[in-house]
Amino acid sequence: MDILPAYPAWLIEHGAALAVVLPLLTGAVCAVLRSERAAWIVTLIVTGACAVVSFGVLLTIFAGEVQIYEMGGWEPPYGIAYVIDGLNAPVLFLISAIAFIGTLYGIPSVTAEVEPGKRAPFYGAFLLCVAGLLGMVVTGDAFNVFVFLEVSSISTYVLVAMGASRDRRALAAACRYLILGSIGATLFVVGVGCLYMETGTLNMLDMSRILSEIGGGSRVALVGFGFIVIGLGLKLAMFPLHLWLPGAYAHAPSFVTVFLASTATKAALYLLLRFMFVVFDPSFEYDTAIITYVITTVAVAGMLLASLQAVYQTDARRTLAYSSIAQVGYMLLGIGMATAAGLSAGYLHLINHALIKGALFLALGAFWYRYGIMRVLDFRGLGQIMPWTMGAFTLGGLSLIGVPFTAGFVSKYNLAMAAAANGWWWAVGVIMAASVLAIIYMGRMLLVAYFQPPPEVDGEAVAKNEAPLLMLVPMWVLAGLSILIGINADWIVHAADGAAMVLTAGGGVRP
Amino acid sequence: MLGTVFDNYHYAVVIILMMTGLYTVFASGNLIKKLVGLSVFQTSVFLMYITIGKVMDAQPPILEKAKDYALNVSGNYTAAAGESGGGGYQFVTDIAYSNPLPHVLILTAIVVGVATLAIGLALVVRIREVYGTIEEDEISAIDYGYNLEGTSR
Amino acid sequence: MTHHVILRVVSKFLIPLIALFAFYVQFHGDYGPGGGFQAGVILAASVILYALIFGLEEAKKSIPPTWVRVGMALGVLLYGGTGVATWLLGGAFLDYDVLAHDAAHGQHHGILAVELGVLLAVSSVMVTIFYAFGSRQPDLTDEDW
Repeated sequence: MDILPAYPAWLIEHGAALAVVLPLLTGAVCAVLRSERAAWIVTLIVTGACAVVSFGVLLTIFAGEVQIYEMGGWEPPYGIAYVIDGLNAPVLFLISAIAFIGTLYGIPSVTAEVEPGKRAPFYGAFLLCVAGLLGMVVTGDAFNVFVFLEVSSISTYVLVAMGASRDRRALAAACRYLILGSIGATLFVVGVGCLYMETGTLNMLDMSRILSEIGGGSRVALVGFGFIVIGLGLKLAMFPLHLWLPGAYAHAPSFVTVFLASTATKAALYLLLRFMFVVFDPSFEYDTAIITYVITTVAVAGMLLASLQAVYQTDARRTLAYSSIAQVGYMLLGIGMATAAGLSAGYLHLINHALIKGALFLALGAFWYRYGIMRVLDFRGLGQIMPWTMGAFTLGGLSLIGVPFTAGFVSKYNLAMAAAANGWWWAVGVIMAASVLAIIYMGRMLLVAYFQPPPEVDGEAVAKNEAPLLMLVPMWVLAGLSILIGINADWIVHAADGAAMVLTAGGGVRP
Repeated sequence: MLGTVFDNYHYAVVIILMMTGLYTVFASGNLIKKLVGLSVFQTSVFLMYITIGKVMDAQPPILEKAKDYALNVSGNYTAAAGESGGGGYQFVTDIAYSNPLPHVLILTAIVVGVATLAIGLALVVRIREVYGTIEEDEISAIDYGYNLEGTSR
Repeated sequence: MTHHVILRVVSKFLIPLIALFAFYVQFHGDYGPGGGFQAGVILAASVILYALIFGLEEAKKSIPPTWVRVGMALGVLLYGGTGVATWLLGGAFLDYDVLAHDAAHGQHHGILAVELGVLLAVSSVMVTIFYAFGSRQPDLTDEDW
């Protein structure tokens, strides 16, 4: 099926800029609109357009091109260039597609959870967040990364705080996220400053060229590397730096949680990959040392300890938030191996986890929408009273555990194979252990939902009350995709291998 | 040793400011004080960028128009008519200019910092209205009680 | 509103000067230090001074919050619109070269439009932030000064 010729040439040519500029401008318009319905329609159209554009760009990248877009016509390295290659094109499409699917879900969810006067600005902030995340992924300029990082972060703080009309703890969570997030972004910008001192350029490709010419550079580059890893680690909720995440996920409006869980940490993880393997090269001694010792340790600790914490949570969203931290651990484990197979598996898990967590949080939002349920104990009988929503939740949960014929199985299997090929048999054991913990925390919810009778109100069982169609469609799209990947994963493994190829191009990674 | 420190005193200032800010963020329980610490922390980074832009014995990065007698010095940039909008001015380029780029970057970062601070203060105002306090431990205590209230049902 | 005559008289004299200085910084930005960010903050400072001296209600009467909200969006749109215009004229995003018959004039027009957008956005945002925080507090009575 060849869709690429259907795209006008200018759309592909300006695709990189279009995907960022469209939500940025319409976000400003939405902020002043009065009607929430109009704001929702604008958001739907814009995110849909972004998804279409980034899909076209993705197809050209699969055809073997690398797109470089010169902002303002200034040629790199003087101007800001937007660079799209095999590494960021899939993430670009993932973010814009999830934004589109999430927006569909917005009408019932936002109406239920956000105060009437704030709904149109809510969509404005959401569009700004989308623009920031897309910009972070698409830009090839290190300082521009910081700017977009902050655009997305600041709008995220606002979005999380909007949950206050439902749950006042959202305010404290947003404030904590703001403080930790700003520290992370500032540490990142210190790192970029050190790199600028060392190389005299901000263009990432230029940086990478200069750094490899001087063999990794002096201590300044090393310090810069450390700052960048810690700064991005805060943003992607690397294990000991994850404290902002559970609160933000648990108390934000469910629409925001869905979007954050499936995209925000992923964009930061993409940046970590970009800096570790493309700007810096694993052939530098310090880079390999940090990847092998620091990242792997942190990954393993995150997988086990965060999964263990997930088991003990009473709030369903908090359980899934801790599970997200554990899943970031899986991705980091793939990075820690620093082999092409490991990187590919980690990248695959990045995409799969976005789909899985998207579906799970969408279902949780529907439970809250119908019955105000947040605690695991209250899941009683949901299998009978909301069978379709619970069905999507179950598929997502099985996929999270890694049951065969689901997306989670594919990426965990690939990860385990990569670990075995690398001789890291202990890592296979850790993956198994973390999956067993996942069975416990997901199984707990599923058991309560299916094997306990629905609660009784005035002596009668609660009637069957399914979520509205606008909620069901998005969650089944994502749940269905994760099953589809479980049955035939070739196309998505192909994308992950393409990304791994970009990462290994520097030559410092073992094939 | 001491000479190196004095030669690079601006880094010392940056490091002291950075650590002061970071310590304030972590050590104080008052949310406003935390935000103040965050601002100090960010300011240290602005200072770091601005100091690396300064070139020794260099002048501000504004192009100098060439004097008549300087026209024939080799290495001078002769602007083509119409380019750079100056109607054929000629500029001296063999003087050392400071690097303007870090300043421009930091202008952006300052704006970002102001935006973060504004959002942070707005959140604190709301927290104060809802919780009646801006001490973090008190907020945690209130939230803890709120959580227990839910489970004892 | 009969107290602090000196404050009111001096600020009445100063406010137009501050606004004028903002525009100087804005348009002199082509030739020297200056530009939209700085000018926007100075312009907002004149409004904020007015609000401080004559009260928030008076300020909101002369500069309604709705205008300010629209100003924010308009500023961003002016900036982005310049970029879109360069697209339509066949250039890259924000490539000012295509805005006029030659590149130098194009750059000139482009930066002027963009800086105007920045001025509008920055000053509106500053005033909005002040309005937002100011309206949270009960107004000071005259005697409390």
